[in-house]
Amino acid sequence: MKKVIILGATSAIAQATVRLLAARGASLYLVGRNAANLEAVARDATTRGAQKVEFRSLDLNDCEAHASLVERAWQALGGLDGAVLAHGVLGDQEESQRSWAAAEVVLRTNFLSAASLLTELANRFEAQKAGTLVVISSVAGDRGRQSNYVYGASKGALTVFLQGMRNRLAKSGVAVVTVKPGFVDTPMTAHVPKNKLFASPEQVARGLLKAADKRKNEVYVPGFWALIMLIIRSIPEPVFKRLKL
Amino acid sequence: MSTSDSWGRFPRVEQRTRALVWRSDALPAVDGALLPHGLGRSYGDSCLNAGGTVLLTAGLDRLIDFDPATGVVRCEAGVSLDTLLRLCVPRGWFLPVTPGTKFVTVGGAIANDVHGKNHHRAGTFGRFVRRFELLRSDGSRRLCSPEENPDWFGATIGGLGLTGLVTWAEVQLSPIRNPFVVQETVPFDNLDGFLRVSAESEPDHDFTMSWVDCLARGRKLGRGLFYRGNFAPTQFERLPLAKSHLSHGSGLAVPMDLPGFCLNRLSVSAFNFLYYHLERGRPSRRLVHYDPFFYPLDSVNGWNRIYGRRGFLQFQCVVPHATARDALKELLERSARGGLPSFLSVLKTFGNLRSPGWLSFPRPGYTLAMDFANQGEKTWRLVEELDRVTRDAGGAVYPAKDARMSPESFAAYFPQRERFKAYLDPAFSSSFWRRVNPVPLPSLEGRGDAAPPASLLALR
Repeated sequence: MKKVIILGATSAIAQATVRLLAARGASLYLVGRNAANLEAVARDATTRGAQKVEFRSLDLNDCEAHASLVERAWQALGGLDGAVLAHGVLGDQEESQRSWAAAEVVLRTNFLSAASLLTELANRFEAQKAGTLVVISSVAGDRGRQSNYVYGASKGALTVFLQGMRNRLAKSGVAVVTVKPGFVDTPMTAHVPKNKLFASPEQVARGLLKAADKRKNEVYVPGFWALIMLIIRSIPEPVFKRLKL
Repeated sequence: MSTSDSWGRFPRVEQRTRALVWRSDALPAVDGALLPHGLGRSYGDSCLNAGGTVLLTAGLDRLIDFDPATGVVRCEAGVSLDTLLRLCVPRGWFLPVTPGTKFVTVGGAIANDVHGKNHHRAGTFGRFVRRFELLRSDGSRRLCSPEENPDWFGATIGGLGLTGLVTWAEVQLSPIRNPFVVQETVPFDNLDGFLRVSAESEPDHDFTMSWVDCLARGRKLGRGLFYRGNFAPTQFERLPLAKSHLSHGSGLAVPMDLPGFCLNRLSVSAFNFLYYHLERGRPSRRLVHYDPFFYPLDSVNGWNRIYGRRGFLQFQCVVPHATARDALKELLERSARGGLPSFLSVLKTFGNLRSPGWLSFPRPGYTLAMDFANQGEKTWRLVEELDRVTRDAGGAVYPAKDARMSPESFAAYFPQRERFKAYLDPAFSSSFWRRVNPVPLPSLEGRGDAAPPASLLALR
């Protein structure tokens, strides 16, 4: 990936990924909500050796703006060969249960806006028969659990959407990489007590980029989550529904 | 509230933490006092805030600008010196001043106005800070430099993080031709030998420091090894970069707290004896990569754990040239006699270059650093004595390495403290600051010297 659009560039995992790409001398187009924070990430990337860095502040939930956003990024970098979708919200499960409005924000941000952006990007990548789409989903999308099924559903839907897109784009030589991190120590999880399962954003970014370089399909980062999720997926539903997960 | 300690692992305090992420964000509103906290390499309680909140600056780790032509780097305050080295060494620049660990933040280097092996040539870190932004709890942001807001600049350099939060800073780096140092080792037999080699070496060497065998007594008192070096000239440029340049240390780590019996008079003296004699036998002139030359201890992650759970007390003082010989002699004698001797003792000359920082520790003279395993009362009494010797000699003790100096000592060491107080941020404080500036308790008022030292009250 040499010319990469980063969506949700101020998220902790995205920032760590930006640093790694910058050190490789990539050109970057950064998108996020807060202009001042975005500029801080952009300058960091420039100083660390990125070839070119452009940024644009935008609320990615505004799906109407996606087509022109991708067009602008395309113009700015003279084409794109990579995209990292890293924007998302954790939401609050209890609030999402009480209020549809809260649940809708989670689903809209994590799934609908991602699907819309991916549609724009996939069509262009398919046409040029090259490119890598890297999307941060989550282990939470592997099975619905009472403690965060709204977030889980948004990521689960994203995972399935990506499966289909991968199936479609395989013949065009476009890689679709689904990255499923477990717990990550970021501002998003600042309120959660940390344990040994937590990974750092840098760790996740390294795993993400490795998967992208190898054009993997689906990866868990860190890898041990593959085993944990295998176990969790294989618990029979009659048992699972009685568990407090 | 959770329990935290500093690099010396003493004291342990209860405090809250808040992570800072963006330099444009406002300071969080919390109950109690705030204190910026970088990588926690201060040894005592100057990076702790018992009962209050420490602002973790690790998230403020973005670079802002680097000009490879002039060597001026601008970055957020939580950027570590390690990060700066990775950026600047391949482009021919080095830190103008670096302490013995690269795992400190730029903000921490400013707050403690750190010094390095080149103090006699370069002075302190603060002399190379071109400007920074200071965010105060009232929401104001000030650009501070020797020209703009010079008072705030002077108060904040060496100001122990108490004048507000430094969000970003601009630092002038020094040019180097390659990352290797030509190092020479010169053994010396006693304190006079040190003074002689030191005087001889300083005119021609950018970097000097000595390891002192803390157990040698009598005629050998103050014997040790003098290290001096300069960055290698251009003809060495084609040497391959050592691996350590690319990785964090050697990957060695102290996996757990060592039990107390591992450290005793016998093991410490065996270590010091072996170190002195093994190093003596090595070639005296060699080419060393900057990493092991400047950061020998960084290669062992968590080396502070060898002192076990009770931690250790660092003691670093400076004594002026006029009184140095007698004072150093007495300091070394007392430490060899009392308690568990120091594992690693370091002697170095401070030059005459003045820091812009009002509370800066380095001043002309000789500085001696020692660490003592915390064995309770015995260790405390010893360090208290060393403190008294330093005071009588007209010297000073380094707050970044202190867990116990008294308010009286602090006042004696830092004559500009009253001027400094006007620049304190009212919302900021630290365990160290409250200890050396105790609020008089009503019941103790008027009793003067009869009351026990506040340092002991605060910690027991």
